[in-house]
Amino acid sequence: MTNHWVDIKNTDLVFVMGGNPAEAHPCGFKWVIEAKKHRKAKLIVVDPRFNRTASVADFYAPIRPGSDIAFLSGVINYLLSNDKINHEYVKHYTNASFLIDERFALEDGLFSGYNAEKRTYDKESWKYQFDQDGYAKVDETLQDPNCVFQVMKKHYARYTPDVVAKVTGTPKEAFLTVCEYIAETAAPNKAMTNLYALGWTEHSVGTQNIRSMAIIQQLLGNMGVAGGGINALRGHSNVQGITDMCLYSDALPGYLGAPLDSDVDRKSYLEKRTPKAMRPNQMNFPQNYPKWWTSLMKSWYGKEATPENDFCYDWLPKKDVSYDVLAMFDRMYQGKMTGFVCQGFNPLASVANKKKVGDALAKLKYLVIMDPLVTETSEFWKNHGEVNPADPASIQTEVFRLPVVFFAEEAGTCTNSGRVVRWHWKAVEGPGDSKSDTEIMAHLYQTLKAMYAKDGGAFPDPVLKLSWPYRIVDDPSPEELLMEISGKALADLYDPKDATKLQVKGGDQLASFGFLRDDGSTACGNWIYSGSWSQAGNLTARRDSSDPSGLGQTLNWGFAWPVNRRIIYNRASCDLAGKPWDPSRTVIKWLGDKWGGNDVPDMRPDAKPEEGVMPFIMNPEGVARLFARDLVVDGPLPEHYEPFESPLDTNPMHPKNAKARSNPVSRIFKGDLEVFGTAKDFPYVATTYRLTEHFHFWTQHSKINAILQPEHFVEIGEELAKEKGIAAGDKVKVRSNRGYIKAVAVVTKRIKALDIDGQKVHTIGIPLNSGFTGRTKPGFLTNTLTPAVGDANTHTPEYKAFLVNIEKA
Amino acid sequence: MNMNRRQFFKVCSAGLGGSSIALMGFSPTAAQAEVRAYKLARATETRNNCPYCSVSCGVLIYSTGDKSKNAPGKIIHIEGDPDDPVNRGTLCPKGAGLMDMVNSPTRVKFPEVREAGSNEWKRISWHEAFERIAKLMKADRDANFIAKNAAGVTVNRWNTFGFLASSSASNESGYITHKVLRSLGSVAFDTQARI
Repeated sequence: MTNHWVDIKNTDLVFVMGGNPAEAHPCGFKWVIEAKKHRKAKLIVVDPRFNRTASVADFYAPIRPGSDIAFLSGVINYLLSNDKINHEYVKHYTNASFLIDERFALEDGLFSGYNAEKRTYDKESWKYQFDQDGYAKVDETLQDPNCVFQVMKKHYARYTPDVVAKVTGTPKEAFLTVCEYIAETAAPNKAMTNLYALGWTEHSVGTQNIRSMAIIQQLLGNMGVAGGGINALRGHSNVQGITDMCLYSDALPGYLGAPLDSDVDRKSYLEKRTPKAMRPNQMNFPQNYPKWWTSLMKSWYGKEATPENDFCYDWLPKKDVSYDVLAMFDRMYQGKMTGFVCQGFNPLASVANKKKVGDALAKLKYLVIMDPLVTETSEFWKNHGEVNPADPASIQTEVFRLPVVFFAEEAGTCTNSGRVVRWHWKAVEGPGDSKSDTEIMAHLYQTLKAMYAKDGGAFPDPVLKLSWPYRIVDDPSPEELLMEISGKALADLYDPKDATKLQVKGGDQLASFGFLRDDGSTACGNWIYSGSWSQAGNLTARRDSSDPSGLGQTLNWGFAWPVNRRIIYNRASCDLAGKPWDPSRTVIKWLGDKWGGNDVPDMRPDAKPEEGVMPFIMNPEGVARLFARDLVVDGPLPEHYEPFESPLDTNPMHPKNAKARSNPVSRIFKGDLEVFGTAKDFPYVATTYRLTEHFHFWTQHSKINAILQPEHFVEIGEELAKEKGIAAGDKVKVRSNRGYIKAVAVVTKRIKALDIDGQKVHTIGIPLNSGFTGRTKPGFLTNTLTPAVGDANTHTPEYKAFLVNIEKA
Repeated sequence: MNMNRRQFFKVCSAGLGGSSIALMGFSPTAAQAEVRAYKLARATETRNNCPYCSVSCGVLIYSTGDKSKNAPGKIIHIEGDPDDPVNRGTLCPKGAGLMDMVNSPTRVKFPEVREAGSNEWKRISWHEAFERIAKLMKADRDANFIAKNAAGVTVNRWNTFGFLASSSASNESGYITHKVLRSLGSVAFDTQARI
């Protein structure tokens, strides 16, 4: 979230699309109700199902799964053609005025530079035009045909209300009503918040769904303001924190890029990732990248990391190809992996195409499960009847199952969706011989280290010399680890501008990443968490909920990254002169000599408004990108593509170009393409979702939740039920081209058939909460049905729009 | 002065010595039949966060015992933390069932192994688990570690071993997991944020 949970109460309009917070995030949704009650805010919901969020909405519009970009592009067209934008904001705080390469084009659904064979784009023509000083060229009149504003106008003019209705199935009047609500927040003193979740990410066009909304919020001037923002309602309690710690192959903690084969040494690695400002006077904050990276290496390799050895640059593994979860299971399926560890992760249930996942696991030599619960994955080899028809004798994988403590049985921090890091305390010991994740990782590491010390082996240096300064080597404490993450001075630090002035004493915890150095004199495990444990102590454990502003900022409750800032990009909450767009909701403002107010300013504190330092300090442009340049792989502007399994034979935006039917650059593995289904055999659209009573595959193990929601079901509309002769309570079989599940039919008015360009399209809703190792009735895994194809940028699988058939079981 | 036993102890802990109270004629009368004391008042209260969705609601955990080493506690109640500015004491139907989750009979309690081709779990010690897993990992790493790529560039990676990290683990667990994985040369790992 750019804003945070409590801030939702400050809004004028809540726009929910791609999420269902009333059921998936009930206690956060309370703040939507607060906004409605106390600010007379409106709530609008766009969703394939009339869900419980929709049931308390002021307006609801149905939509066909997988057509969100067409809908949102229609909104953008409405805002541009009816002049419902915040002009000052768009002109100065976005790249609307920037000139784009003249060669840039969209032709029949494909952007310039497409290579059909490799399914990639050459992005040369997606760049800015630069002047002789190296700065991007702009046209402040916004009239140049190559400026982003004009390029966008042309791009979006195609998404008329009639086209939107034809592609999405949303009735034209309903679409226009949504547009009118949204357009009202273009007024500088009005704010709209957007709440989305996996309903936007789990598509082959997930990144561009969110980009579309980001463009809308930028046109309306709704970023950085109280009650505004783009707010991802994330899944797990610490999915934000684990993403920040970057437990994925592409990044090091704090979103630093993992080295690639092409980054041959530290110098070239840093040069590629340390941008130069693209406009005069901009902060270009990533210019500090070498400080963040070097401080991380000092945390990991301590005294071993020296300027002479490039701070152990070569000890970091270099990445050659993608290793996202779909790619890993494909490698495993091909027999290219030997071992695998699932730490609190249940891939048999949560990764696409269960059969492929199970077959892949059976090819491993060893599998290690670390979990508090008996997961389906830990028993992938066991025959559970029809729901998991495995043959143990034929599976040679050695499987270890290690007991792990639960939240209540350990201390540490979690980061909520609003980036607020809070400390929690241990209540009791875990059952039996359970250990914490930290203790297991430490013990495993120490065992390996001892083996390498004794017997040697492949490149032992990074294993033997890893910095491990913990009091108990087999069990580092969360306090020690958070202090390491937050960072400290390794030597006395003097002010770079005044060598006589001591800033930080050697050994002291740092107050913020502002003190980090690239010469090895500071250590910091994750620069964005820097300051969370300063000399003042553990700021994540603060519990002062006072809120003098009344905005719900609670600056002394826990610690929000970065630097305890609660609303990021908050400089954009003020006009050019530094005056808040809405003084009654002041986040920050220019105080005459510095920035201040009710939040930590997202701006150099002494940057006078007339200096023209723009709010988006993490971008070398200083402004937000309506046009994404070459930073996303599937186009600098979002374009509608059909889901890989769609009821339509062609992309209605580009009916003549088969290459542009679905995302032209999404990755498809051999074998996955062959098991895509077509509308001929699988005529219904399926979409998956969460229930209020269950959390993934965990709460099936909790008695009360198992009583509340004991058995798997699927939701179908009354019309389809009648056609198929299915009554409420009947057992049904739902098939995709990858397998089948059986569940109870819930016949509902909540999902209606939609008219897509004259074709009737039915949608089936399938809750993901079903499994066979808990206390609910043993059920099939929903991901038996889903396709293993994902977004072209993130490879997040397309769980929200695929094809099935249904019959009475 | 009429005091029940509980109020009496409260007064004592407020700083007055018991003997001095007796001297002043305030000796407590015997406790008569009274409403049973609220049992949470005697429980140990611990502040924590719900492990489910990303609202990450503040919770209060009530357990028996006082956290001393030889008196293992048991969780007897979990409720929303009224001081938490986000959830203000509320919990949803998922969070309201937290105690049943913690005390679930399907918790894994001991390290176990399922041998190749076997149809059953076998309990093993932590020592055996760590030794066997580390041995498998080392053999795998030593056999498949790639020091240089085809172009001769140092890459130091190990990609035949994969790891999926939990989004419900703490930041500290996530950090140490990342640190250990990269030291081994691991590149094939991912987290729930992907899906």
